[in-house]
Amino acid sequence: MSGAALARPALKTTAARKSRLTDPAVGVWLATAATAVLGWLVVALDGGQLYTQANIVVILSNCVALGLVAVGQTAVILTGSLDLSVAYLIGLGTLVAAETMEGGSVLTAVLAVLALSAGVGLANGLIVTQLKVNAFIATLGTAFILRGYIEDNYTGPAGKVTASFQRLGYDRIGPLPVSVFLLVAVAVVLWLVIRHTRLGHHMYATGGDEHAARLSGVRTRRTVVIAHVLCSLCVGAAALFLASRLGSGAPWAGTEARYDLDSIAAVVLGGTVLAGGRGGVAGTLGGVLLLAILDSVFNQLSVDPFFKNVVRGVVIIAAVALYARRGSRRSA
Amino acid sequence: MSTGAAHEAAADTRTATATAAPRRRITALLGPGTPVYVLLVVLLAALALSDPSFYEPDRFLAFVKRAAPLVILAAGQYLVIVSGEFDLSVGAIVTAGVVVAAELYGSYPDAHWLVMTLVLLLAGAAVGLANGLITTGLRVPSFITTLGMMLILEGAVFYWTGGSPHGSMPEDFRALGRGSAFGWLPWAVLACLAAGVLAVALMRSDFGRTLIATGDSERTAALAGVRVHRVRVLAFVLSGVAAALAAVLVGGFSGVSAQAGRGYEFEAITAVVLGGVVLGGGRGSVVAAMAGAFSLQALFTLLNLRGVSGAMESTVQGVIVIAAVGLGAADWSRPRRRRTHSTRGKPS
Repeated sequence: MSGAALARPALKTTAARKSRLTDPAVGVWLATAATAVLGWLVVALDGGQLYTQANIVVILSNCVALGLVAVGQTAVILTGSLDLSVAYLIGLGTLVAAETMEGGSVLTAVLAVLALSAGVGLANGLIVTQLKVNAFIATLGTAFILRGYIEDNYTGPAGKVTASFQRLGYDRIGPLPVSVFLLVAVAVVLWLVIRHTRLGHHMYATGGDEHAARLSGVRTRRTVVIAHVLCSLCVGAAALFLASRLGSGAPWAGTEARYDLDSIAAVVLGGTVLAGGRGGVAGTLGGVLLLAILDSVFNQLSVDPFFKNVVRGVVIIAAVALYARRGSRRSA
Repeated sequence: MSTGAAHEAAADTRTATATAAPRRRITALLGPGTPVYVLLVVLLAALALSDPSFYEPDRFLAFVKRAAPLVILAAGQYLVIVSGEFDLSVGAIVTAGVVVAAELYGSYPDAHWLVMTLVLLLAGAAVGLANGLITTGLRVPSFITTLGMMLILEGAVFYWTGGSPHGSMPEDFRALGRGSAFGWLPWAVLACLAAGVLAVALMRSDFGRTLIATGDSERTAALAGVRVHRVRVLAFVLSGVAAALAAVLVGGFSGVSAQAGRGYEFEAITAVVLGGVVLGGGRGSVVAAMAGAFSLQALFTLLNLRGVSGAMESTVQGVIVIAAVGLGAADWSRPRRRRTHSTRGKPS
């Protein structure tokens, strides 16, 4: 570590240029572009057409739910924490949205879901910081609690989403689904928070080295709690989108798609370090898009769905192995 | 993490002179897992109160038999966690093991059960080896390695079987999971005991000490001459073998199912953490980890007996896990000891 630190000033300009190129966020977008081109080639050779209007819409709307969750997850992981409760929170969120809409207005439903999410995020953050339970166990515990509540009260879809709200899931502006704008808006807000506010800098500091951050005057606990609340709010947005897409509350909307582990995979694929302190929202979006394009290519080739999982696993491991190799030259 | 441990070590020597000898001996004997033994005793007592016949030998052995796969998984998971890593692939290994065994019996109906068990254990070791080599050699965080391995294994197994596993296992193979030796002692209990004895022996050997040293501070261990990569790879291999053994028991107990191992990875990690083992490595005992697994199983049994609806079960489980770990993490010695900073470390 000290050797690299000493060598750094001398190589400053080239190193800066190099580090921009080897920045995982850039890398993942390059990889996504390569996948997009390769996928198009492969599908074309197979006699299909990957980028039809309809298919682009499918790819993009597939991005939205995972993207929202992964963007939130980025904030937590950057801060050195983790959230495994997102899948069940999505399920509960769709139920709350659909049931509130059945008896009330869309606005109250949205507010109810966001309040629920903020509450769960606050609970996660407080358990992690005040009870000092490892984030892995804390959020797993919250996940179990939510799951128990869902299983006890619901056996299947419940509630009904009003037609006006379903437009969020199905309307399009030109070729772009409306929901993509929701994802972009949330991502931009989080990007601004993470990159350009004091809170964001505190998040990087806390994730990088919590002890050092605290000694430097960062209120690390508060930062972790806020990160958890932000993450859960994003999950709430994902739940609202899924509710509008599915038309009713779906208890297993989050767990069937494995949003908990998939979102973490997407975040790490996007170059955010699992231990915290390095990474960002831009890379995560690249990771999500990469996974969605891969999915779509396999669908077009009608590859066995189980085989998709195998490829997914290989891609995720390979990508992170590549990042690790690059990182080693600079800082190991 | 290393500075935290050093602080604490210094604090320990300071308090050692101050505390009374008997108390020190008890805590030294039980280690950091003390809360889990209390929890286990409370749960077992509650079981006795809810159901007086619980301690009749055959009922109790049946309980241990049901707990055996989780206990074995927890022992394997402990080795990985104490070295500072995660193994999320164990649930998938259990599922894959059960499905592969059934498929193999479909092709070779006459295979001896011992051969089949050995094949499964070897396959588990191979998966663990892959996990270990990718984690140490390619420096991929084990969370991601084993998550990817989970996707790969589940995908591959179902791709191979076309989505629905079929075939069945012969009686002599299933006997391991549900039969009994001498007519009363379930084989699963024997396997569980053997795994426990092996794990304790392992942790007392040089390997165990280097494993804990590696988890506590990889750099210090490496400087002291520990081959940290080799030690970690071996931990992953053993975890894979343990998962394969659990697969044999689960397959025998409940038959072929695509859901055989679902959720086991989280249950095993929960059990280990309940046992006071610190995620991030370097602290905790394997006996406490296995006691954590027993506690978890006792909790499930108790909730069943109490007629808590299956659904609320996971809520109660969540609350208890958070509470137990929170109590364990609380700094009870605050008045005596200068507070050392907490390292909410997550292995990377």
